[in-house]
Amino acid sequence: MSNSILVVGGGFSGLTAALEAAEVGYEVFIVEKTPFLGGRVMQLSKYFPKLCPPSCGLEIQYQRIRNNPKIKFFTQATVQAVKGEAGNYTVKVAIKPRHTAPYSADLGLLASSLEGESTSEFDFGLAKRKPLYLSVPFAFPNRYVLDKEALTKADELKVGRSVAVDMNEAAREIELEVGSIVLATGWKPYDVTRLTNLGAGQIANCVSNMQLERLAASGGPTGGAIRRPSDGKAPKKVAFVQCAGSRDQNHLNYCSYICCMASLKQATYVREQYPDAEVTVYYIDLRTPGRYDKFMRKVRADEKISLVKGKVAGVEEDAASGDVIVEVEDAVKGEKKKVRYDMVVLATGMRPTLADEKLPVDVPVDEDGFIVGGEDKGIFAAGCAKMPLDVMRSAQSGTSAALQAIQTVKGR
Amino acid sequence: MAKKIGVYFDKSNIGAGLDLDALSDVVTGKFGGSCPVVKVFPVLGAETARQEIRQDIAENELDGVLIIGSSPRVDWDLYRFEGVTVERVNLREQGVLGYGAKVEAGEDAEADEDLFKLAADYVRMGVVKLTKMEEAGGGEVESVRTIMVLGGGWTGLTAAVNAANSGYDVVLVEKEAELGGRAKGLLKTVPLKYPYTDVHDTGIEQKIAAVEGNERITVLTSAKVRKVSGQPGQFTAVVKTKDGNQEIPVGAIVMATGWQPMDAGVMAPFGYGTLEGVVTAAEFEKMAKEGTLKARRVAFILNTGLVDGGDIYTSVCDEEPAEAAAAKPEAEDDEQTSYEHKDLESLRHLPYTNAISSVVALKQAGYVCDASEDGQAFILYDSMVVQGIHERFYKAAQDKLGVMMSKADITGVAQAEDGGLLVRAANTLMGEDVEIRVDMVVLPTGMVPSTAKDPVVWFDYRQGPNLPDLDLFDGYADSNYICFPYETRRTGLYAAGCVRQPMMLDAAEEDAIGATMKAIQCIESANRGMAVHPRSGDLSYPIFNFVRCTQCKRCTEECPFGALDDDEKGTPKPNFSRCRRCGTCMGACPERVISFANYNIDQIGSMIREIEVPDDMNAGGPRVLILACENDAYPALDMAALRGHHWSPYVRIIPVRCLGSVNAIWVADAMSKGIDGVMLLGCKYGDDYQCHFVKGSEICNRRKENIAETLNRLGVEPERVEQYEVAIDEYDKLPGMIDEFMNMILEKGPNPFKGY
Repeated sequence: MSNSILVVGGGFSGLTAALEAAEVGYEVFIVEKTPFLGGRVMQLSKYFPKLCPPSCGLEIQYQRIRNNPKIKFFTQATVQAVKGEAGNYTVKVAIKPRHTAPYSADLGLLASSLEGESTSEFDFGLAKRKPLYLSVPFAFPNRYVLDKEALTKADELKVGRSVAVDMNEAAREIELEVGSIVLATGWKPYDVTRLTNLGAGQIANCVSNMQLERLAASGGPTGGAIRRPSDGKAPKKVAFVQCAGSRDQNHLNYCSYICCMASLKQATYVREQYPDAEVTVYYIDLRTPGRYDKFMRKVRADEKISLVKGKVAGVEEDAASGDVIVEVEDAVKGEKKKVRYDMVVLATGMRPTLADEKLPVDVPVDEDGFIVGGEDKGIFAAGCAKMPLDVMRSAQSGTSAALQAIQTVKGR
Repeated sequence: MAKKIGVYFDKSNIGAGLDLDALSDVVTGKFGGSCPVVKVFPVLGAETARQEIRQDIAENELDGVLIIGSSPRVDWDLYRFEGVTVERVNLREQGVLGYGAKVEAGEDAEADEDLFKLAADYVRMGVVKLTKMEEAGGGEVESVRTIMVLGGGWTGLTAAVNAANSGYDVVLVEKEAELGGRAKGLLKTVPLKYPYTDVHDTGIEQKIAAVEGNERITVLTSAKVRKVSGQPGQFTAVVKTKDGNQEIPVGAIVMATGWQPMDAGVMAPFGYGTLEGVVTAAEFEKMAKEGTLKARRVAFILNTGLVDGGDIYTSVCDEEPAEAAAAKPEAEDDEQTSYEHKDLESLRHLPYTNAISSVVALKQAGYVCDASEDGQAFILYDSMVVQGIHERFYKAAQDKLGVMMSKADITGVAQAEDGGLLVRAANTLMGEDVEIRVDMVVLPTGMVPSTAKDPVVWFDYRQGPNLPDLDLFDGYADSNYICFPYETRRTGLYAAGCVRQPMMLDAAEEDAIGATMKAIQCIESANRGMAVHPRSGDLSYPIFNFVRCTQCKRCTEECPFGALDDDEKGTPKPNFSRCRRCGTCMGACPERVISFANYNIDQIGSMIREIEVPDDMNAGGPRVLILACENDAYPALDMAALRGHHWSPYVRIIPVRCLGSVNAIWVADAMSKGIDGVMLLGCKYGDDYQCHFVKGSEICNRRKENIAETLNRLGVEPERVEQYEVAIDEYDKLPGMIDEFMNMILEKGPNPFKGY
């Protein structure tokens, strides 16, 4: 019997669930597969509608973690096996070696001196990273991680000499006894290569919405300057293509909740950086519920931003210039036209992580990968693992999951 | 306060460019008596080093440990030592790295004078800080483990059951004679669960039964709250029931008092009130529920541009005519009648409800088609705001025979010759302007939160009965923090459901459970004497030296959370569990009456006085004090340093809990020390405020004007003290800001008080 709680996923919902439960006094374990906590919101530049930085709220979450010994988190960790029942689970967790000292060492110089490079997944392929890295300056915990495979021979010698690197650190496995489990496994962006009519990810200046966040982020590959990936030019005419993959039987059979607001927000990014730039958002519906209506009207009032109801049939690259030609039908006017843009942003949707990755946990998952049950077993889904949500709703969801997890373990 | 301190230097983090032995001498030279142990470790983070520290603590009976190395924001887990107060001196990020000592890895740099002076200042400040700290604790509030749930509708019922199932007693207060709220009036609900394609029964009867059958839940119907006094853990709620007033002790409150329909009179442009057959969605639902729905052809108008298409978000102050209507809350007694509650209902509540209206139209279109074989529904929208997973319902509705949907701008609604209605629309998807003949026109019902009309909770607080600044949210009892949706301005009160924001029943269910979680957490934290969000776990609380209080009331007025009441004489009366420990009161007090055990005026003042200020600015450099909010500005400084940015070696950074806690005496201390300038770095304020304590940075900015006045009188240029709004991700801009300020100071020349 255990009254500890396991939270799978150290992103926004997972952190929320863990903290709320731990602050009432329960021991909580967070298992996060990447080297850092924070999840997808760490990849965003700003939140809508306040246009505030994600690290602001996360700093408070991390302060709360620092002040609460009841929270124990594991990064580079994945759940391997789950046995038992509500109130009495044994969970095996595999932890990949980080290869760096268990304390914060400023390895910036060493890292930048290395030759090896890999594509930065964190930056969605827009940049390279070194084998020794922090994903962003705000990374938590503030410890570098070593990707051994990306080291060159020369690199190996360099890092081998550092007292803060342990090349031989081994993978390990731990066993956790918990009473209930919160699944906060989140989402990943829909695979752009499957959008064959929208460039299939092959057009340099046709980026995804998450890629644009990386371009706009101060900790991103361009230090926050939105530039065309092909030639580094400042874009003057940008188009946003909504529902790229969402609301489509062939791709994602649901609405991804946030993309309308995200594109409007990103339109303001562009306009703020380039006061002469023109932005067009092609949408099917403008989904700006509740309070977000005010934000939408503010964006719409900008003369250089046009919001057009129209389905984008396709995009093409003009190889010589790098420009992107958008073929769109204006639904109200009934006009079909081709328009040239410097840059196009595809508002790609959310796909739950569990759509492709299976967790060794027996919970029902629907045809789209969303968790649709498990409560009777003391397993509770939180955040986008349950359905597409925005940050505020994810916080709500995580808080709710925390209480349900507590109800399962209370008194054990 | 720490009397025996172990001081430990981390060579691996700060050894480059610093003579740590010389710094050790600085400590023993000045504080030898208080610091019996001073050591330099090659790698302080190594387990061996920490083992040695534990030994030192035991052998020397140390009560304080000073770790000089990296920022307190990293490696916190390594420096937890039992029975001692641990303090960190940030000499890596905000010392060596921010300075930019040019050292190759492995080499010792030439001792750099400026860097050494910086380090010596910080080390002395660290020791002094520890000597001015007491162990925090003792603020426990013996808590009642009862949660009061206001509102017995869908959300309130859910909250009540969840609180009970978590082991808490519940008092459920419902103003009507029966439980169930508005959900009872629904024929069906929009789908709330997988597969999200079909409408179904709400299940409200089961919720009611679950509450009525639960021993831990006391239900009071035909009841309303008259007054809530006290503090989290120890609230006393006065509830008026049919049998008279009851005084009920409660620990925390979940407010789930829902909404009321918007005054449909605003829909006059669509013929509401004048044309037969023009109804609101709420009225339509009622007909469907009662079985009186006869209309076969129904137009659901979602595009209300005729009514709310204009500029409805113009700032309220701008459009404030004399008709600032005061709502007439159903006042229960003299106290309540004398309070004027500004009616916050407005046109904005219509678009606020857009997502609900969209799915309700889909549902009700289905009613029309189900009611008769030739039933026809037309949904005319600007956008179908059907969010997320509920798109599946939209798709299913689109497949329903008899439902036709189009984007459309409604140009008018008129009576048809045959007594029916004509809806005229332009810019439709049908390629031309249309005129649709229907039997009935359904308009969206705006959802106005109960708090727009009435304080609802009626706090017996000095700052007033209401939640402050509700006009920021048009009356919704919402949080201004995306990341922390349950934070209201009154600790212990958590809003859930449509009183917080319009939401569907599935979201409301989740919201109810979330708010209950926070209510429980609040009770337990109050019981332990701990603060809640954002300084969760903080055991300190404001201590008042009333002897010096002049009853100026600044603290009671400025507290963002209304934590201070006052007595007849005007002396503040603190309520610890309402307090978030921001220290705004401490910053407000001109007599410096208020302090926290581990954060107080004397502590920061003493640290400022430890800064060595060269008499000659040209020879030794200027000195600028930076008071940095620990939530945004301080982390930004850390990150700037880690990114390789450098800034002037002449700044000295002291973290503060909130700019609101900055007392003017600190600025005065800095000036009399000869410090040439003070930068106040804090969070954004205004409508989209980031300040985690709501008003802190705004209040500091206001106070700055008084400070400027004082400085002027002393012959010191007021520009020497400046406040900046810094976001946590503006680390690349910060060094430039600091250098710009420094240049301005250099131009002005030395502080006229220098050398005195």
